[in-house]
This record gives sequence, C-alpha cells and structure tokens, in this order.
Amino acid sequence: MSTRYTEDHEWITVAGDVATVGITTYAQEQLGDVVFVELPEVGRTVSKGDEAAVVESVKAASEVYAPLDGEVVEANSVLADEPGKVNEDPEGAAWFVKIRMSDASQLDDLMDAAAYKAYIETL
Amino acid sequence: MSMNTQGRPSAPSETAITSERATFTGNKALAMEEPLLFEIGRMDVCGVDLDEAEDFAPALGGHARKAVPDLPALTEPEAMRHYVRLSSKNYAIDAGLYPLGSCTMKHNPRLNEKMARLPGFGDVHPLQPLSTVTGAVDLIAELAHWLVTMTGMSAVAMSPKAGAHGELCGMMAIKAAHQAAGRDPKIVLVPESAHGTNPATAALLGYKVVSIEAREDGTVDPAAVKARIAEHAGDIAGIMLTNPNTCGLFERDIIAIAEAIHAADGYFYCDGANFNAIVGKARPGDLGVDAMHINLHKTFSTPHGGGGPGAGPVVLSERLAPFAPLPFLRKGEGGIEWVETDAELKDGEQPFGRMTAFHGQMGMYVRALAYMKSHGADGLKQASEDAVLNANYVRVGLQDLMSLPFGQRWCMHEVLFDDSFLKDTGVTTLDFAKAMIDEGYHPMTMYFPLVVHGAMLIEPTESESRASLDLFIATMRDLVMSAQKGETDRFKGAPFHAPRGRLDETRAARSPVLKWERPAATAVQPQAAE
Repeated sequence: MSTRYTEDHEWITVAGDVATVGITTYAQEQLGDVVFVELPEVGRTVSKGDEAAVVESVKAASEVYAPLDGEVVEANSVLADEPGKVNEDPEGAAWFVKIRMSDASQLDDLMDAAAYKAYIETL
Repeated sequence: MSMNTQGRPSAPSETAITSERATFTGNKALAMEEPLLFEIGRMDVCGVDLDEAEDFAPALGGHARKAVPDLPALTEPEAMRHYVRLSSKNYAIDAGLYPLGSCTMKHNPRLNEKMARLPGFGDVHPLQPLSTVTGAVDLIAELAHWLVTMTGMSAVAMSPKAGAHGELCGMMAIKAAHQAAGRDPKIVLVPESAHGTNPATAALLGYKVVSIEAREDGTVDPAAVKARIAEHAGDIAGIMLTNPNTCGLFERDIIAIAEAIHAADGYFYCDGANFNAIVGKARPGDLGVDAMHINLHKTFSTPHGGGGPGAGPVVLSERLAPFAPLPFLRKGEGGIEWVETDAELKDGEQPFGRMTAFHGQMGMYVRALAYMKSHGADGLKQASEDAVLNANYVRVGLQDLMSLPFGQRWCMHEVLFDDSFLKDTGVTTLDFAKAMIDEGYHPMTMYFPLVVHGAMLIEPTESESRASLDLFIATMRDLVMSAQKGETDRFKGAPFHAPRGRLDETRAARSPVLKWERPAATAVQPQAAE
C-alpha cells in the first residue's frame, strides 16, 4: 500500500497490521532545525488524534498526533540522540513510531500522495 | 609668538585608516573582550586580606571542607571592571528603544528606585514583628487597594512573584473554587494566540487544554468558545484569555465569552500581560474576569529583563476571593493585619494554600506604588492612551511597506506584522531582526504569536518620544527597502557589528555547553585543607 498522509503533516506506511509514522518533508521544512524529539513509551495505547510525540525545533515545539488507533510497538530511539535526522531524512530513517493498528479502515480517511501535495499547495 | 616645537601632530592623519587590524589584546578601544571570571581569576590568592584566625576548635565535625573550593579570586578593581565591562555590553531600556512585543519594556523612573531604597522599605525583613513594619504593611495595603480599584475586582493575592506564577495562583484559586463546590471539571480552554505559559499552567494543574482557533480578524469568536463548551459540556473548568490579545487586538466579544464560560460553571482567567493597554480605560471586573495577574514589572514600571525580580499579584472576583492564598491582608480592629496561618482564618476564608514562603517582592511593591502615585489616576490612563497611540504611530508609519495580517485597523499597545512583505526577498524574519541589532535596536518579538507566519510583534510603549519613534520607523523602512532591493548581504549573517555574530541556535540547543570546564593545562591541584 502506498504512503498515506494527514493534514497534520504526518506520513504513514503500512506493513501487515503495523503502521510506521513520521513527519513529512514539508513539516520538517516549516519547523526548521529539529533539536529535540520526545517519543511515546512502547506499549502505550493511542487513539487517533492523541499526542503521540513532541518535536521541538529552534522555532517552536509541536505535537505529533497519532493518525490512527492502536498500540505503540516501537519508537525510533535514534531520534532522541540525533534529532537532526528528522531534517536529513524525514520520510525515511527518521520515522517516529510504529503503531499496531486496531482499525485498519481508518487508513481510508487519510490522503494519498497526490491529495497531500494538492493540500500543501493550498497552505 | 610661541611655537609648538614638540612635534605633536594636532591634525588627523591624511591617510584614511580603514584596516580592520587585529589588536594585541583583542579589544577594540572601548569594546573590550571580557573573559570569564574563572579565566581571569587566580586560584591561589584571596581578594581581601584577613587576619589569620586565632586558634579555635572547629565545630563542623565531619562537614569541614576537605579541599580548597575551586573559586577564582580577584582584586576589588578587577572584580569591579569585570562587571562594569559586561554591563556595558548589555542592551537595556536605559540604552535604547526596546520594542519587545508583549513584554512592555517601559522606562523605569528613577523616583521609584529612590523610594525603594528608603530604609523603612529597603531594610525590612519578613520575620520582623509586625509592629515594627507598619509603614511597609500600609504601603502593601495601599497598593492592593489601587490594584483592586483599577481592575474592578474584590481581592488581590499579593505574593506571586511573576506572571506565570500569578497564572498558577489564579488557576489554583479556580480549582479550589470548583472543589469547594464538589466539582472536578477537567477542561481549560485556551485560544491559539495565548502566551505559552497559559496552557503550561493549566497542564501543570492537571487540566486538559483545548485550543480555540482564532477567527479571520485575529480575535476569539464566542461561537467557537460555545462550540467547545458544548463538546465538553459539564467538564469546563474555565478559559484563559489575554486581552488585548497577543495580536495586539482588543477582544471585542469578551463579555459574550465571559457569559458563555460562566453559564457553563467555568471561571474566566485573564492573562494580564497586556494590561498596559487598558489601565484606566476598562476594568477587567466589568468584563467578567474572575482572576487576572498583573505584571508589576510590565504595567507599573518595575525593572525586568535581567533587572527584576518580577512581581505578579493576582486580582480575584468576588466568587474567587475566599480562596486567595495565605498570607493575605485583612482590615482588623487595630489596623491592617497579615493573616499568616489557617488558625487565624475567619468565616468564609478558605485559602487554597500558600504560593511563597513570605509576602512577595517588597521592593517591587514600593516601585509600583511610586509609579502609580506619581502618575495619579489620570496619568495612568494617559500612559495607556499614549502606549496605544505610539503603537498605532508605528503601525501607520510602516503599514505601506510591511504587512499587517489582519488589515489596516487600529491596534492596541502593540502592532503585529507578518513576513509576507519579505516574500521572495530571501530574507527571513530572523535575518531582519538580526539586522536591527546592527542598527542599534533590540529586535521586536519574533515568530510569536504563532497564529501568523514569521510574526514581528512591536510594542514601543508610551516611553518613546515622537522623535524616537520617527527614527525607529525610518530605520525599519530603510531595512525593508534594502531587503526588497535584494541587498541580502545586509541580512544574511547579521549582526555584523555586535560583539558576537550570528549565533548557532541549532548547535546551542542540540549540544548545549552548560558548564565551564577548566582547561586541563591550567588545572589547579586541590590542596588539602589544613
């Protein structure tokens, strides 16, 4: 399945019932240099819209919201030591969390790449 | 005729000297390179001569130091020069216009300082018997009277030490009031443009913050407030709102917002950071406010920004007054008394606890009351009018070149621009602010509030004369035109003339150096104490 996007500038890729979540290149550009990332504990249950992580740049601190319901099965601890990775490779190595989805149908509400591209052009 | 035959030249050199020659010391005339105290101090000397102690039996037991402390020693002139040189690098309201929006960096009249140094105010101790400090207590009571009178409220908690501390005090009073009524609501509404301390305060008390978006004109829509209240019916503890808000705009629907909150059994906390715009013009009590802190260090000209400490008394509505923290003042039969403990409480008084060990910032109370009394009620009102006039003078002087996010309308005490006027120039708000430093100005507040892109929030305050504002406006116009002409080298890498150039904020945040380490080569071996 192709990458999905939220209006809060998160991307989601899916493998089986696990969704990998990160922030988009656009988000990273808007934030500027990222200096701190706070990740959720593995095992935490999140609901769509919950604050799942915090990303802090030289400009501001922003929340990263859970795009779907599920359980956090992994957090990218590399980001704690190297927050700059979020700027270097936001849509690759700098993923934030992996969530085991409890309702995969929530993916249908998210944007595909074309829709997200059109969305950020309106901003 | 006598002749100068000593060979001393009395005219400037004919050859213009322009080289940026490095000096031997690193100093540039009066611009000194000042090392750290630890770098200039010696470890093996003492700055003062003391007689050798006579034989004595130490009573410290096992607590006596095992080694000499690693502290630098300097002569008195060296210590004096160190701090004077550092102070000369500081930018302050005494050095120039300080347009830091939402901070109200106004002039601190020296009369305030003189009053604060009177021995009866300056040399008192909070543990002195009350009978020996009646003058100081009367002063606090009089200041409290001014504060509740000009805000139209019922009571004031004097002890909070600053704005955010005052917010905490006000929100704790709100929480106590809910608890006393057997309620435990969980939601606090906070508009998007709020100071960051508002949601932080609510979160610290365990509340869940629900954000209210701003409408097109930059203010809060009561319909949006009502919608959030409906979504969380029965669970609203209150709202935290700043008026005028951080876009520099007066919340015109504030009474409708207050009524909606009260109808939902919530309380209205007003952030008083921008009170300087409305003193003598509007009373928060009339607007439906239940609690508001007053930054004495903003509105009433006590020093801040490194010159503090701050002071943030909180005025309370009739509904919240019984929950004011200890200690508080009460009119007793024998005059004003401090109520210090639960044992002294009378009917109805149910303080939520205590914010500070003692009674607050006495020195700031004196300064604030000196400011109030030297201005008088009419003078305070005029100060607010002049603050608003000055902000609008700046707005009108810049609005054709810079961009106003909410259109060309009246602002209050501060004017907010966004960065759309810099579009396609390659210059950012940050670059622009740094170039202002080269022109000798402290930059305005930037990238705040978050509701507009690349925000520049300018608050000139009433302190500035028209001549001062004209020069500021001319400087800003020159910078804007320079950016729009493509002179990016004036901005990229600025400041060029400051003692230090552009700081690497990213590296400072990612790998902060929080402690000075003595270079290994100069390490002093700790000596065993004798």
